[in-house]
Parts: sequence; C-alpha cells; structure tokens
Amino acid sequence: MKKYSNSNFWGLLLAFPFIFFYVLFLLYPTIYTLLFSFTDSPLIGWGKWVGLENYIKLFNDKLFLKSLKNTFVFVFWTVVPNTLIGLMCAMMINRLKNPYIAAFLLACFFIPHILPVTVVTQVWSWMLSKQYGIIQEFLEFLGYAKIAFFKKKQFAMPAVAIVTIWWTVGFNILLFIAGLKSINPEIYEASDLDGANSWAKFRYITWPLIWPITALVLTLQLIFQLKIFDQMYLLTAGGPFNSTLVVLQLVYKQGFQMNRGGYASAIAMVLFLIIIVVSIMQYYVLRDKEKDK
Amino acid sequence: MTKKITISWTVLTILSLIVALIFMFPLYWAAVTSLKQETEVIDPNWSIFPRILSLAAYLDVLTKSAIGTWYINSIATSVGITLLVILISMPCGYALSQIDFVGRKIILLAVVVSIMVPGTALVIALFVLISDFNMINTWSGVILPQVLSPVCVIVYKQFFDQVPKELREASIIDGATEFQILIKVYMPLNWGITTALALVTFIGAWNNFFWPFIMTTKAEMFTVPVAITSVSDAYGIFLARDMAVAILAALPVTAFFLIFQKRVTQAIMLTSGIKG
Repeated sequence: MKKYSNSNFWGLLLAFPFIFFYVLFLLYPTIYTLLFSFTDSPLIGWGKWVGLENYIKLFNDKLFLKSLKNTFVFVFWTVVPNTLIGLMCAMMINRLKNPYIAAFLLACFFIPHILPVTVVTQVWSWMLSKQYGIIQEFLEFLGYAKIAFFKKKQFAMPAVAIVTIWWTVGFNILLFIAGLKSINPEIYEASDLDGANSWAKFRYITWPLIWPITALVLTLQLIFQLKIFDQMYLLTAGGPFNSTLVVLQLVYKQGFQMNRGGYASAIAMVLFLIIIVVSIMQYYVLRDKEKDK
Repeated sequence: MTKKITISWTVLTILSLIVALIFMFPLYWAAVTSLKQETEVIDPNWSIFPRILSLAAYLDVLTKSAIGTWYINSIATSVGITLLVILISMPCGYALSQIDFVGRKIILLAVVVSIMVPGTALVIALFVLISDFNMINTWSGVILPQVLSPVCVIVYKQFFDQVPKELREASIIDGATEFQILIKVYMPLNWGITTALALVTFIGAWNNFFWPFIMTTKAEMFTVPVAITSVSDAYGIFLARDMAVAILAALPVTAFFLIFQKRVTQAIMLTSGIKG
C-alpha cells in the first residue's frame, strides 16, 4: 500500500458516506433499542427507566416463551431439510451430461427464490386453499378429507416450512452446484479404478469435500430462518391460537399493535443476541474449515 | 456396457425433468388461474388448461386497482436503494482496499461485524427514527433502512485488492487524486461486479416486504409486494384476479433474472461468501 500525501483526507472522505449511514441506521438504532429495552416506553417517545424489569417479565411471559419455541420449531422444520434437499437436487443436476438441460433445471429451481415473498404466499394460499385448492383435489384423490392447512395447529407450521423450502431451496442448490463443480473429477476416476460404488463415492469423496459448503449453507439458513416473519405473518398471521407466532412477529405485535415500545425492544434484543451468537459460531466454523484446506 | 450407461443417463435426465416440472407446477397453476374466468376457477370440474383463455382478471387489476402507482413506488424505491448502495459502498470499499488512512482497521472491523447485525431486530428504533424524520409513507422512509450493505463493501474491497498496483502508482505519478483513480481506473475495471451487485440489490429491494410493510400505511404509498396482499383484503375473493396481481408483481424480477442470469448467480454467490 503506497503512502499518498493526502491519504488520511481521501480515505476518510471516501469512506464517509458509508460511515454516515452506518452510524445513523445501524449503530444509533442498536444503541437506541438497547436503551429503550430498559424503559417502559410506548412506541413513540421515552418512558421511565425500569432497569431489567422488561427482561425479567420477558422470561415469565408465556407468549414470549411460546414465540421463542415456535421460532426454533420453524428452524427445525426448515434448516436441515432445506440443506439436504438442496444438496440432493444439486447432485442430481450436476450429474446431467447435457449442459442445456442442466442450466434449464437450475433456472427452474432458482426462479421461486427471486420472487417477492407475497407472490409466493399468494400462489401457495391458492394451491392449498381449503375450498378450491388443487392440493385438496389431490388429497381427495388419495382418499383423505380436505385440510385447512394454515388453520390447523398440527399442519400450519410444517405447511409454512414447505412453502419456505420451495421458495428458498434454489439458493442452496446454486451454492452446492458451485461446490460440486470444484471437486476434481480425477478423484472420482481414481475411485472407479478402486471399484468404489456410488454410496462409497458419496460418503468418502463428495460429502467430506462438500462439507465447507454444507457448513456455509447450514449456518446461512439458520441465521435466515431465525429471522422468520414475512411468510408466517402472511400465511397464518401467527395463528391458530398463537401456535405459529414467532419472535419477530411478537416484536411487531407488542411494539406496533399494543404500543409497548420498551417491551418490544427487549424482545428484539433477545433475538438480536441469538443471531449474533449464531453468526459468531458461523465465523468460527467456516474459519476452521478454511484452515483445514 | 456403454449402452446400459446411456439408458440410465436418459432415465436420470427424464426423472430430473419430472422433478423440475412438479417443482414449477405452483407457478404454472398460478399463471393458468390468472388466465381463466372467475367462474371457471371455482368450477369443481377443474382443467389443467383454461377452457376459455381470458384476460379479464388482468384488465380488472389494471383498471380497478392502483397498480400503476404501486409500480411507480416499487421502481422509485428499488432504483433509489440500488443507486445509494452502490454510491456509498464502492468508495468505502476502495478506501479500505487502497488507502492507508487513520482508522482504516477499525472501519474494516466495523463493516465486517455489521454483516452479523439483523436489521429487522432494530425495527422499533428504525421506525421511530424514520417517523422523527417525518418520512413515514414516503419513498425515503422505505429506502433509508435498506441502503446499508456491508457485504457490498467487502465484495468491492476484494475486487479492488486484485487490481494490479502498477495502475494505481502510475496514476499517482500522473498527479491524479484518489477520487479520480477510483472513477477512471478502478470503477471501469470492475463494471462487471458493479452490474452484478446492482442487479441483486435491485431484486432484493423490489422483493423486500418487511420495510415497506413497516414504513407505509397508506395504500397509495405501497410497493407492489406489499400491495398485492391488500388487493385480496379489500375487494373480496377473486382468485383469478389475485393470481393476475401476483404474476404482474413477479414479472419484472423474473425478466431481470432470465436476462441477466449469469450476473445474478455470480453476485449471489459472491455476497453469500463464496469467492467465484
């Protein structure tokens, strides 16, 4: 890096716009949320300082504990299945010899990912609609009764999870295909000479070599799904009986609908911390993998 | 032996095409529904293809809803976000990559750390901030919470790191300022990456539901993704029309993706941590 006469001036000047927005829309809101969470403020304006009261209340608040549980249940239904389905589809596409068919398939799987979430929820509300949905016709054909997917406790969460996987799996497929392409084909040829079967090739070559990508996809998914709000709010609105109410929706509900800004901020801080902890975990998992290579 | 292998490849290809067709079925079904007449949509004798192709649902949306306004809102906010993200991330990435200035290390650390921060968890504070600025129900209110993209800064830094140092040194000897070097040397050499980042930022901004949902309350300020849920709420159940709105909302991003597929996928991999 060559020292330039006005390097301090130019460095700070060129970085300034970003730093300005950083302070205003990230640093300030973070500090604000933290301080707000120690008060009994409404949404707009400051209330009085109540110390840790919100946090103590929080861990006795059944609805909060439920929303925390629901968020983790949603993570359970999405993160690992989405990663495995992504890997399977990527392996399927990667095996195709015809590059045009492979590109076509990748585009098919990827298109849902670039759609707005509301388009996805509209399309699936229609697919799963109790009265006229085509999935209901399929269920009837199989001999089952119609199901109101988003209104029944046992179906709502898995149904939103399936919609989410359909929406986002293309992203995982894309990352996995990049990973699979980077594996040297000579390794497979050598294992052919040793008479390895397909399972052995997957278990001892593909899986270990693709693991860094798998770790990346898993952790990205985990962070992404912890922040679940959009699809859940649009498809179930947290119901039935709060069985799909997730943490971010509770923040929204407490802050915007019940006008309890301080309490909502305390809930938001818990989510904030969970995601930061997971992100730090991700950093170490991925860094260790870099070292292994 | 060879023949056997060929057959299994064909079977595999056909199987994977079937999987892809099943996967695409919801979109096909939405498109087909939008082209049916409302009476046919709820007819129990459903058909996989419209008996009568009808554009009535589209006409209904285009004439009876404010979709023109929603499109303008979406375009204005998405373009605004994209321009701001590029304009603030590129110079910062350049400074962090090429200039040895006081505070460089701390700023770099702050940028990397902020990748972890979940913006949506700051929703209360950002809403209060935007309402302090009197920007609720304005384009600016939708744009501002979305302009900070630390990932873009890092991607720019990585690409600027790879530009040969000789180019910079030659420009310094010629008496160019850092700003001129960025504009005349580093930016033109990296148009590809600017295009890729702009495309994914635009698609992300167009698709974003959360921020316009929080920052707008008046229907005339909604962006398309927020508005399409209000269509079904406000005017009763008309499924063909709901699907027509969904298709109209999906068209711009789908067209973008199909035209710029390579750039979009490149940018998605870059921004998710794979150097490609």
